[in-house]
Amino acid sequence: MTPAKPLPKPTAETLPFWEAAAQGKLFYQRCTGCARAQFPPARHCPACGSRALQWQQSAASGSIHSHTTVHRAPTAAFKDDVPYVIALIDLDEGFRMMMNWRGSDPASARIGDRVRVIFEANASPWPLPQAMPVPAR
Amino acid sequence: MISGVANTRVGEIAGSSCMSLHEEAARGALDDAGLQWSDIDGVLCAYSLAEPHPMLASAFCEFVGIHPNVCTALQSGGTTACIMVMLAESLVATGQCRHVLCVTGDNRATGMSRDGAVAALAEFGHAQFERPYGIGIPPAYGLVAQRYLHEYGATLEQLAAIAVEHRRHAARHPDAHKREPISLDDVMRSRVISSPLRLLDCCLVSDGGAAVIVSAADAGRDTRAPLKVLGMGQGHTHEHIVAAPSLTDFGCKQSSQRAFAQAGLTPAQIDVAQIYDSFTITLLVELESMGFFERGQAGVAALAGELGLGGTLPCNTHGGLLSFGHSGAAGGMFHIVEAVRQLRGEADARQVKDAQTAFVHGDGGILSAHCSLILGRS
Repeated sequence: MTPAKPLPKPTAETLPFWEAAAQGKLFYQRCTGCARAQFPPARHCPACGSRALQWQQSAASGSIHSHTTVHRAPTAAFKDDVPYVIALIDLDEGFRMMMNWRGSDPASARIGDRVRVIFEANASPWPLPQAMPVPAR
Repeated sequence: MISGVANTRVGEIAGSSCMSLHEEAARGALDDAGLQWSDIDGVLCAYSLAEPHPMLASAFCEFVGIHPNVCTALQSGGTTACIMVMLAESLVATGQCRHVLCVTGDNRATGMSRDGAVAALAEFGHAQFERPYGIGIPPAYGLVAQRYLHEYGATLEQLAAIAVEHRRHAARHPDAHKREPISLDDVMRSRVISSPLRLLDCCLVSDGGAAVIVSAADAGRDTRAPLKVLGMGQGHTHEHIVAAPSLTDFGCKQSSQRAFAQAGLTPAQIDVAQIYDSFTITLLVELESMGFFERGQAGVAALAGELGLGGTLPCNTHGGLLSFGHSGAAGGMFHIVEAVRQLRGEADARQVKDAQTAFVHGDGGILSAHCSLILGRS
């Protein structure tokens, strides 16, 4: 039997993110002090120290900053998935997330390519944001 | 002052344990310095993945029967060894200790298998925002490599040249894990691990141990051949790659600037460098981020043989993590041990002629935590 994949376990800081994800919305924090977008969720702005971080909804569009195609799974849980693409996605609001790139051909992912965020259900109550190429391919 | 160094044989060492590797390395460093167990009044250890213990330094002291004034364990990934030396220098400078033993070792090859080691290292990833996507250390460095190739037009052949040079270095070291020569073709045809990185772009998983003894400034009185630490510095920008401020510039820039400023030296004045090389790309980005080469030029230099013995910057003359071996925190300690041997003129077939200055660098996590040391002949 394939061991279970690690799934999100929300903490006090991240729960609003995952609750939004469960409704198909991509949330991030914006600092009302210095206007910087923050991800992963924090308790204060790592840039200016302000505690006034506000949750906002992202338009869920961005582009690939970098990508890698994994051929050798780091843990047994991902063995059946290879090859799969991990990408760092720069969201248009100015924050960065890691996602799997869900295009049909891993070799066709390119830095700068546009993506939109979809939410994939899993065994937890918290669907994972993933990157779909735009236009679809 | 660094007064004693040692490494164990590295590779698959049947019957080795975390503690046996620690003991062997520590005893070697004591012999090298001309010290006894009873001279050690400070002990710094790191961590073990194969036989983890929440108080490794205390367990080690119990095992060898010493009762130092200062004893603790540190965890900063691959830069732990350099940070141990930096903290030990503070302990002797403030008079807390006279001889601090910095000792590392892990039986990762025979004690946990390569699969086990790779899986344990996946825990470096962010629990909620990275690990659900199947991240591990090689994919994280794959992301760095892809971006680097994109920005600076480096080639896979240049990355491969780094692996080939490291194997050439390791062939000259009797203790190295992998000594059989490899070609550019071997590297570029090895199987893809996480694009663009292939198997031979990745470091080894080895059993091994290494130790360094840091002694007070007047250590010349009671040790054989102490060497000065001329400069030290750290740089910390992130832990998780998703939170890295840049994929091509890292905290090694700050750590090396601090070390060079303290030493009053520049990169051009370094005779031999021992720089963390968990992957071929690691060395490439660090060499440029630290100013040893212009942007996009480190790969060109590697392909031209400039990192080899007789090149402009002989680098990782023991073979590095790529070929000498990687045993957790001991992996970074091997770099320090080699720097000391080079400066003492004890590097045998690997000797860089008349080396006066050595630069050592460790990197922990995904180019997250950095510590640089500059050593010189006393």
